[in-house]
Amino acid sequence: MKYKVNEKGYYGDFGGAYIPEMLYPNVEELRQNYLKIIDDAGFQKEFHQLLKDYVGRPSPLYLAKRYSERFGANIFLKREDLNHTGAHKINNTIGQILLAEKLGKKRIIAETGAGQHGVATATVCALRNLECVIYMGEVDIERQAPNVARMKMLGAKVVPASSGSKTLKDATNEAMRDWINNPVDTHYIIGSVVGPHPYPDMVAIFQSIISEETKKQLLEQTGSDQPDYVLACVGGGSNAMGMFYHFMDDENVKLIAVEAAGKGVSSGFSAATTYLGKEGVLHGSRSILMQTPDGQVVEPHSVSAGLDYPGIGPQHAHLFKTGRGEYVSITDEESLDAGLLCTQLEGIIPAIESAHALAYLEKMEFKGGENVVVCLSGRGDKDLDTYIKYFNL
Amino acid sequence: MNRIKQLFQEKKNILSIYYTAGYPNTGDTIQIAEALEKSGADMLEIGFPYSDPVADGPVIQASSKQSLDQGMTLKLLFEQLKDLRKKVSIPVLLMGYVNPVLQFGVEKFCEACAEVGVDGCIVPDLPMVEYEEFYKDCFEKHNLSNVFLITPQTAEERIHKIDGLTNGFIYLLSSSATTGKNLEVGDTTEAYFSRIKNLNLKNPTMIGFGISDKQTFDKACSYANGAIIGTAFVKAIADGNLEESVSNFMKKFKG
Repeated sequence: MKYKVNEKGYYGDFGGAYIPEMLYPNVEELRQNYLKIIDDAGFQKEFHQLLKDYVGRPSPLYLAKRYSERFGANIFLKREDLNHTGAHKINNTIGQILLAEKLGKKRIIAETGAGQHGVATATVCALRNLECVIYMGEVDIERQAPNVARMKMLGAKVVPASSGSKTLKDATNEAMRDWINNPVDTHYIIGSVVGPHPYPDMVAIFQSIISEETKKQLLEQTGSDQPDYVLACVGGGSNAMGMFYHFMDDENVKLIAVEAAGKGVSSGFSAATTYLGKEGVLHGSRSILMQTPDGQVVEPHSVSAGLDYPGIGPQHAHLFKTGRGEYVSITDEESLDAGLLCTQLEGIIPAIESAHALAYLEKMEFKGGENVVVCLSGRGDKDLDTYIKYFNL
Repeated sequence: MNRIKQLFQEKKNILSIYYTAGYPNTGDTIQIAEALEKSGADMLEIGFPYSDPVADGPVIQASSKQSLDQGMTLKLLFEQLKDLRKKVSIPVLLMGYVNPVLQFGVEKFCEACAEVGVDGCIVPDLPMVEYEEFYKDCFEKHNLSNVFLITPQTAEERIHKIDGLTNGFIYLLSSSATTGKNLEVGDTTEAYFSRIKNLNLKNPTMIGFGISDKQTFDKACSYANGAIIGTAFVKAIADGNLEESVSNFMKKFKG
């Protein structure tokens, strides 16, 4: 329980459910039922069946040979990019759509940044024939056009969020508003380990399949289920939490979370939350967020829409504060360069989000022979436009 | 005695007006309070703006954004309210989200409220359990009422718990919605209002969200001790002469 949620919904000093009364019944209904539903054998069977046959799990744990040669360590890539819809997000949406069905919900809403969570949500809604509304910042709609088209093809309604920075934070506000206005028949599929309790725990449980598989695969490939390092990028932090989950209690495994420094942590255009932020409340939980001294949320910046969020999940805040996780950051340029390197060394075009995690390898020093797992959270097809502009392709 | 308690003892059909501090202009906060009292408002709720107000609709959110863009902060609000009690005698509550209060410091916030003569607070995203554990003693020490919200979906057991923790009034949301929706009193809403009325709560109730004219105000008053108007008022003072806008708006209810 050291790093997991307690019965009050907290991870150390972080978590809770800071929500207006209008959301209380919805969140309470979830809190009272989520573990019962998830732990049920029938649910588990259906969930794992879909992960296997529909998502294509287990995703490979690939020993990247040229990367390994370059860095002098055994670099393993956990290939979440090979999942159906192209990212880890589908693990969570499959879980939540089954849960929403059990709760008798007829309508699904979600927020999305890069569009990966939106596509994953629209996909499971199509699969299960449920109405789907996706909130997405106007800025993100523009920079992630292919994903917007995918969502529309899947039958989802994409609603532009035009307030604030017009990105993920504002899409989240709009989705929460929708939920307030539709309290009975609607389930809100939050896409990261953020939001009021039980969302951070629930999403972490669904994403924990990443580390569960990694442990088995490592054991097969290396003879030990414990690597020296585990790396993942962090916006809200769902792929990182899934990647860390089953390693959290293995204290000898170093957990490295890579945030988006944007144009540099001191540039005023950054999303490096642990570096720039402090404790506060955003989107329903107490965590660490970027804010003014007066408590107004600061608009973040990152080249990757999925990391463009001013907070992190409360469990990450706890890992950071206790020192269990090391929280670092990578700039826009470093991530784009790492994306190109991965493409040229391994023939894999990573999402710019994932490229942040890869970029941190350059900053690490290896003695030789260490086992390192990097969560390749998503594929870069959706980011081609950004890559094209940056590299003049 | 706390001004809020006194008001409910003395008066029926209470009209409470919400407005955003520092809107339309940073220096308008006190002037609006004075104009509202002069035009017959019984109670005021001054919103301190927040960048991510999830419970608010577009009108109040836009007013908050304008106010923040013009430099409003909680610190500045308390400075503006320094002379509040020289100019305004009706009860005044502050309404806003929990993060600015946390950053200001809970103890310091309560002290500042008491110092300027604020009588109570409404913090919609402050959970009841957090209030009990970390805020209640401080609020009580400074004679501040804390007002909780209830919605048609709030379970009876929870309503009684809220009633036990509240010492001012209970904010009855006309529907489960963000601010700015029109009140539609149909059978379901009436049944809900009647259900609450029949619970014989120790606290008075005020109906809010969706009250925009005399008709909806009167309707609300038939089920509760009064009603709160926010969005319609914020819209009404967006431009033009402030005193005139306030007075014209209030005539609709008092005339």
